Amino acid sequence: MNYFLLTLIKAGLIAFVLVTVLAYLVWVERKVLAHIQLRVGPNRVGPHGLLQPLSDLVKLLFKEGFIPSHVNLFFYLLAPFMAVALSLGSIAVIPLGPQIDVFGIKTNLGLADVNIGILFMLGLGSLGVYGVALAGWASNNKYALIGGLRSAAQMISYELPLALAIVAPLLMFNTLSFREVVDAQGGYLFGFIPQWAIFQLPVPQLISFIIFLIAAFAETNRIPFDLPEAENELVAGFHTEYSSMLFAAFFTAEYGHITTACMVASVLFLGGWQPLWPAAYGSDFFPVVAHWFFAAICFWHARQPARSYDRYTMPILGIILFGAGGLFLVPFLKPILVPLFWFLSKVAFLIFTFVWVRGTLPRFRYDQLMRFTWTFLFPVALVNLLITGLLVALTTK
Amino acid sequence: MPNSYSETYFPVLLQMVLATAVGFALVALGVILGYRVKNKVKDSPYECGVQPVGSAKERFSVKFYLVAMLFILFDIEAIFLYPWAVVYRDLNHGANRMFGFVEMLIFVVLVLAGFFYIWKKGVLNWQADPGPASVPPAKAPAAYSLSEK
Repeated sequence: MNYFLLTLIKAGLIAFVLVTVLAYLVWVERKVLAHIQLRVGPNRVGPHGLLQPLSDLVKLLFKEGFIPSHVNLFFYLLAPFMAVALSLGSIAVIPLGPQIDVFGIKTNLGLADVNIGILFMLGLGSLGVYGVALAGWASNNKYALIGGLRSAAQMISYELPLALAIVAPLLMFNTLSFREVVDAQGGYLFGFIPQWAIFQLPVPQLISFIIFLIAAFAETNRIPFDLPEAENELVAGFHTEYSSMLFAAFFTAEYGHITTACMVASVLFLGGWQPLWPAAYGSDFFPVVAHWFFAAICFWHARQPARSYDRYTMPILGIILFGAGGLFLVPFLKPILVPLFWFLSKVAFLIFTFVWVRGTLPRFRYDQLMRFTWTFLFPVALVNLLITGLLVALTTK
Repeated sequence: MPNSYSETYFPVLLQMVLATAVGFALVALGVILGYRVKNKVKDSPYECGVQPVGSAKERFSVKFYLVAMLFILFDIEAIFLYPWAVVYRDLNHGANRMFGFVEMLIFVVLVLAGFFYIWKKGVLNWQADPGPASVPPAKAPAAYSLSEK
C-alpha cells in the first residue's frame, strides 16, 4: 500500500485514540482520587459516570467564552493554542510497538521513526513552557502573572535533571532513536530477567528513572509541583482569566504532556513493549488471563450488586472485557495487540502513579521547590550519569 | 517503509498539522460557541472580588531572571552530553577503554565547579530577603494581643 496513505490512516487512528484517552484521563483521575479519599466520584452521567467526559466537553463548549477586555488578545488566544499543539505533537516520534505484518503490509506501530526522536521530543517538551508563560503574561492579572512566572522558572529548572536523566539510558544504548532503544532492551538475562534499562544496570538506571519521573511531575505542573496553579494562594494561577474551552485547552495540554512523559519513561527505562517475562513462559497469554480475570470480577460484582444498576452494567462490562481478552487469541491480531498491551499497561501504570501521587502528597513551598531541583536533583543526576558512564566503560569489551 | 528523508519526516509533519488543527479547533470553538454578556465588573481583572489595585505589570523578583540565565548555561552543558552519550561505546575501545569516560569526567568536573561557585554565591538561595537589618520587626498592635482582656 502507498506509504503516505498508510501514514494518514495511522495518524488518524492515533489522533482519535489519543484525544479519547485524554478526555477519559479526566474521568480516571477523578475516579481514582475519589476512591483514595473514600468517595464515589463522578457517577451521575451514564453508568459509573462513564459519559462524564462527553458531557464535560459539551458543557465547556457552550459555556460563555468570556474574553476580558484588559487582556493582550493575540497572546491570550495564542497561549492555549500553543499549549495544546505542542503537547499533542510529540507523540509522532514515539514508537508504540514493533514492526508488524498485516495482510502483507509491513509497517511499524507508531508514526515516525526518526533517528533523532529523543532530541525532537525534548525540544517540543521544552517549548511547552511558552503556553503557560504567555498565558500568565497576556492575562494582565496579578495572580496570572505570578503563576506564569513561577511556572516558567519551575519548568526550565526541572528541564535540567530531565535532560540529564535521559542521557543515562542513552549511554548504554548509544542511539537517539526510540525504536533502537526499545530493540536494545529485548532479550533476557539468565533466560528470565528482562533486559530493560532499569534491570540492565539496576542502581544508576533506577535513580535516573526516579529523577526522570520527579522532573516529569514538575514539567507537567502536577502535585506536588503544581505551584503555578496553587489555588489557595494564586486562585488558579496562569489560567485565572480563562474560561470555557480555552480553560479546557490547558487541561488537554497537561494530560497530553503526562501521556507523552509516561510513554517516554516506559520506552527509555521500562523496555517499551518488551514483556516482563519471556514468551516461553507464556507472556503472550498474560493479556488474555488479565482481561478474563477482570471479566470474572465484573461477573462476581453483578452477582452481589453494591448498587442496584450494577446488576445490569457489570455483566455488560464483563462481556466486553471477555471479548477483548479473546481478541488476543486471534492469530493475526496477536502480534499487534500483545506488544501494544505490554506498552500501554506500562504507560497506564505510570499515569496511575501520577494520580496516586496527587492523592497522596501535599504541595511544595516555592523556595523548597527551587532548592530541591538546583541543589539536589541536578548534582545527583550529574554524578549518577558519571557512575553510569563508569559502569558502562568497565563492562564494554 | 520510508525510503527517503522527506518520507521519514512526513508523519511528523502530519502529526504537527493534526495537533495544530486540534489546538486551533479548541480555541476557535471556545471563542465562537456560547454567548457572551459583558459588564463592567466582570470585565475587571479578577482579584477575589476586590477592586483591582494598580497595574498587573508589576516588578518581580530578579531571581526569575537569574534562573533563566542559569538554565541557558547549564542546559547547553547538558545538551553537550547527548553526542557524547551516542558515541560513548565507540570512544572506549581497545587499549584506552576509559578514554570517553575520562574526557567527560573533566567536562563534568568543570560544570560542577561552576555549579558550586554559583551555589556559594547564593544565586540558588530562594529564601525571602530579610531586608535591612536596621528596621526592627513590627510589633503587633495592642488591640490584637491575645493576653489583653
